[in-house]
Formats: sequence, structure tokens, C-alpha cells
Amino acid sequence: MAHWLFTEEHELVRKTVRNWVEKEIKPYVEEWENAGEFPRELFARAGELGFLGLTYPEEYGGSGEDYLAGAVFFEEMARCGSAGVAAGLGASMAIAGPQIYKFGSEELKNRFLPPTISGKKIGALAITEPNAGSDVASIQTTARNMGDHYLVNGSKIFITNGVRADYVVTAVKTDPAAGHKGISLLVIEKGTPGFTVAKKLDKLGWNTSDTGELVFEDCRVPGENLVGRENMGFYYIMQNFAWERLVMALEAVASAQLAIDVAAEYARQRVQFGRPLSKFQVTRHKLADMASLVETARCLTYHALSLYVSGRDAVTEVAMAKLYACEIANRVTDEAVQIHGGYGYMMEYPVQRFWRDARIGTIGGGTSDIMKQVIAGRLIK
Amino acid sequence: MKIAVLVKQTFDTEAKIILDVNGKISSSGVSLIMNPYDEFAVEEGLRIKEKEGGEVTVISVGGQQAQDALRQALAMGADKAVLVDQGEAELDEYATATILAKAISDLEYDLILGGFRAIDDGSAQVAGRVAEILNIPVVNVVTGLEIEGGKAVATRETESGSEVLEVPLPAVITAQKGLNEPRYPSMKGIMKAKKKPMDKKTLADLGLDDGKISAKVKALSFSLPEPRKAGKVIPGEAAEAARELARLLREEAKVI
Ligand SMILES: Cc1cc2nc3c(=O)[nH]c(=O)nc-3n(C[C@H](O)[C@H](O)[C@H](O)COP(=O)(O)OP(=O)(O)OC[C@H]3O[C@@H](n4cnc5c(N)ncnc54)[C@H](O)[C@@H]3O)c2cc1C
Repeated sequence: MAHWLFTEEHELVRKTVRNWVEKEIKPYVEEWENAGEFPRELFARAGELGFLGLTYPEEYGGSGEDYLAGAVFFEEMARCGSAGVAAGLGASMAIAGPQIYKFGSEELKNRFLPPTISGKKIGALAITEPNAGSDVASIQTTARNMGDHYLVNGSKIFITNGVRADYVVTAVKTDPAAGHKGISLLVIEKGTPGFTVAKKLDKLGWNTSDTGELVFEDCRVPGENLVGRENMGFYYIMQNFAWERLVMALEAVASAQLAIDVAAEYARQRVQFGRPLSKFQVTRHKLADMASLVETARCLTYHALSLYVSGRDAVTEVAMAKLYACEIANRVTDEAVQIHGGYGYMMEYPVQRFWRDARIGTIGGGTSDIMKQVIAGRLIK
Repeated sequence: MKIAVLVKQTFDTEAKIILDVNGKISSSGVSLIMNPYDEFAVEEGLRIKEKEGGEVTVISVGGQQAQDALRQALAMGADKAVLVDQGEAELDEYATATILAKAISDLEYDLILGGFRAIDDGSAQVAGRVAEILNIPVVNVVTGLEIEGGKAVATRETESGSEVLEVPLPAVITAQKGLNEPRYPSMKGIMKAKKKPMDKKTLADLGLDDGKISAKVKALSFSLPEPRKAGKVIPGEAAEAARELARLLREEAKVI
């Protein structure tokens, strides 16, 4: 049954994405996991089918600024069972692109949005540094204003799409003394002298997405590549966190649901003590608990989403949804592994991947501790 | 080129069929899709339109839910839709074909496309009956179609090979798997599908009533296939296990 939040159009988007995932993604997931990335062409394919443009207006090649349609896209992507695929597409469409769309000059938008939406260009957003994670304001990469260009020095780590991005929206300090009020965003293109990818990082999960370490050494970035205004970067980053966190919550719920589905199916088939596991009350109750947790997370996430799309203040609810959905995704995927017994520990069964992939949820996009800080900050004035 | 495409909303291929308390097939909780063979027909209609110019109208008989299949076709690129709601009337292939033929005869058409069968009842009768009522030729189970100078040249697979047939237009052509690879509805198309015209009609609007379409075939009962028994694993060394398997196939399953 469709949730009231979604219209007939959204359900048709859902059906279309589901069909695509079934035909063009699921059969290749194992291969991409082993290769350590999904093929670059998938961006172009998702672009061609209009998926990357769901949250952008038509003038840049999108189908309308419809965040509910975007939400449906990410929910359905999660069903492919390899969370890195959505992570890669999402880092470009839902994380890098919006910075340019919401805050960039018309010229920047015209240069970067159409190719992001068509999937011809891949974007990344680089904030995190070796010495600055949760504490965004403490970044050390600097950009000296040289009149017509900036001179960028520093490094970034854990950047999704970092290795193959065509452009990286990079957080830099334009006023190193000013803390969070000294941060700006620069669009730095691949091939700009002084910008190198130091390495592709090995990870526990999200293995179909590439995660890179980037280095900038006297990298000359044209002045027109500044997003919005100088020293406003921190504010811009915080603005789009809401959408990024909603996407993470939606994916966490959908992945946890997938884990329940495979666990229930496994429990039906696995016989011990002369009965399928699904006949043991312990297993049944465990599955009931898992399903209740996921349903709670889904309701909270949809509530936060509905606030967000209605344009109301959603900061607290989004933080709660991200916190809760990602925490329970860890628990539920862990229980799903447990129901599989030793088979759950084997690489042959996909449930181990759901568990590994889920683990990033409480770390990326602001850790659970940081979500609590946000919520408490609103609670205790 | 005016093209009409017959479209039916059916159960999803993955749907689990259950019978309700009255012994009828229960549709509650089942997700619905456009009949996959009709998807080939819609795709073919769109391709012909893109090549020759013209207009594609999709037509369905059914309640509110059949709208979804029509909207999907509109989102794929069809121009308009006609939905005939049969109300409480019980339909068989004769009744459905009578309604469709009546609805089509109110339109201009050069070509009528449809799936060769629906995956739910699988009767493969409706499109042929529509052709019969409209008194135009029909070519069934088509895997290749060319339109040239008022004629349709259709390739169909036969048991021993394939045959190529030529019919004058207007004609009914039914699609088989292999005719084409249907496109996904475009996202822009989905967002705009509601703005395309959907003409909703009742039987009365078509000048039909229950009497004129009263079903000639009635389903007496439905039954589900016997549930599959659990498989059997034969343990032991390969040679021994194979011997045991052969014995079971001969003595228990009686298949060799
Ligand atoms: C796979 C992957 C992809 C990523 N993609 C991107 C990307 O595309 N772009 C990008 O910029 N970044 C990305 N990141 C980085 C991610 O956002 C950071 O890892 C995250 O913000 C946490 O920062 P950190 O790793 O430095 O941990 P730290 O900030 O060092 O935190 C370590 C621990 O301390 C806790 N902690 C920190 N401060 C406090 C506090 N004040 N109170 C209580 N507890 C605290 C944290 O909750 C955490 O448990 C990615 C990370 C991963 C793993």
C-alpha cells in the first residue's frame, strides 16, 4: 500500500526505478562489489532515464524540483542490496549538485548542473580532512584569494566519488582566523594543475562506490568557481545536510527492510530440530521486533521528509530520523546475520554485505553523537 | 498514422495468487503492472509514431486501477488515453472485445496494436475478437513489424520458423516477446502524464448496456495447483547416490 506522502506520479517513479534496479543493477552487483566500483556508465544511464534530475528544475535538464520523487529513487536504489551504488550516484546528485544549484552563480549552474543531471559529469563534495571530521569548522585546507583566482593548499579524506569525480565542491578556509565564518566552497575540476588523487581507499563496506583521498598543492582555481559568497561555506554545507541526512535515513530504512526480507526467507527454509527456524517462537519474535523497529524508523523518516518538503524547519526531526534509522539499521542487519547463523558470516550470502554497508550510517553525514548534539542543541536553549 | 493500443492492467508476475472466501481470485494486496505483452505493443506504437509521425491513443477497460497502466503508457510517450469503466458488469473476452471495438470505432485509426495475450487469464482472444468485430485483418504473435504505404508487413514466429505477412491497414497486430525492448517511462513524462487527456467513459457513454455485453463464458470455479512437496537430498558417494536417484526415479516418481 502506498504511503499517503506519495502521489500516483511518485508510485510510477517507484515502479520504474524498481524495474531498472531489477534489470540493470541487481544482476551485476556481485561483479561490481568485486571490482570495487560500479561502472562509470551507470551515471550516464541513470541520467538518460531522468533519475539524476528528479530534484532539479527543467531549465537544467531535470524533471522538477521534487524531493519526494528523489526520496523514492533512493529507497528503491537501496533494494539492489549494494549500498555503494546509491552512495556514488547520490554523492553527485544529492550532495555535490545541490551546493551549486542552491548557492552557485547562474554561470556555475549552467556549467555543472546539466552534465551532472545527464550523468556525463560526476561530482563530489569534499569537506572532511585527516584532522577535521565532526568538527567541520576546524578544516585546514586554505584558499588564498589572488584576485582572479584562488591558490588552494591542503588535503581531503574519505571523499565519495573522490577518485573519478570530474569536479569536487571543496570546502576551504578563505579566512583561517575566522573559524566557521571563514569557510568557502570552491568547485575544483579534475585536471586542474596541483589537484591530485592520492589514493583510492579500502573500506569495510560501500564497496561499489569509490572513496578517495585528495591533495591540493598550489592549486589555481579560477575565481568564478567560488560557490555563492566568500566565507559563507559553512552555512551552505549545513543547509544541504538536511537532504543528505534524509537520504541516508531513507536508505537505512530500505536496507534494513531488505535484511528482514532475506532473514525471513532464510528462516522459512532453514530446518533445525526438525522444523524451519520460522516456526521457533524466538525467531518469530526476533523478526517481529526487527519489523517494528524498521516501521518506527520509516514513520519518523517520512515525518521528517514531509516537514522538509513542506519547507518547514525540519532540522531536529531530520537529525532524529538519521540518528534512529541508522542506529536501528545496524541492529536489524546484525540480527539478520544472526538468523543466518554461520551462513550469515559467509561472503556467499548477501546479508553480510547489508551488515557491512549499514555500518557507515552512524558515521557518515554527521555521526550519531553529532546528531544528538544537534537535537540537544535544539532542546536545551 | 493514428495508432490505438489496447492495454490491460494485470497482476504483477511475482504476485502470489490466493483465493478469497468465495473461491474467487483475491486481488487484495497484489501489486499491479501493465500486461508485459501490452508494453511491447505500446513501445511499437511509439516507435512507429516517432518514424512516421501521428498519434498514439491507449485504451483500457477497467476500473480506477487500470488508470495506472494508462498513465504509464502516457509517461512513455502516448498522446492520450481512453478508459472505459465497465462498472459492475462481469466481463469475458467477448464482452471486453465488444467494449473495446465500440470505443475504437469512435476514434480514427490506421493501426491497432495489443499484446497477443494477457499474463493473467492468458486467453489470447481479445485482440482477435476486436479485429473480427471491426471487420479488419489481424496478425498475431508478431516479432517484427514494418509499416509502408498503407500496408503492414509483419513477421511472426511459427513452430518451424517464421513467416512474413502483409496486410492492408487498418489492421490489428498483436505483439509477442522479441518485438522490441520497451523503454522506461521518462521522469519528465511521469510528471506530465496527468496533463495528457484521459477520456473516461461508462458503458452508457458508448451506447452499451449490460445486455449487449453479457458474458458468454462464466468461470465456474478456480483452484490452485497442488503445493510443491519439499525436495529430497540424496546423501553419499556420487556413484552410490546416482544409483539411489535412478531407483527413486523409477520406483517412486515412476518417470523413467
Ligand atoms: C565511506 C565514507 C564516505 C564518506 N564520504 C564523504 C564525502 O563524500 N565527503 C566528506 O566530506 N566526507 C565524507 N566522509 C567523512 C565523514 O563525514 C566523516 O567520517 C564523519 O563526519 C566523521 O568524522 P571523522 O571520521 O573524522 O570522525 P571524528 O570526528 O574524529 O569522530 C570520531 C568519534 O568521536 C565522536 N565525536 C566527535 N566529536 C564529538 C563530540 N563533540 N561529542 C561527542 N562525540 C564526538 C564521533 O561521534 C565519533 O564516534 C565519508 C566517510 C566514510 C567512512
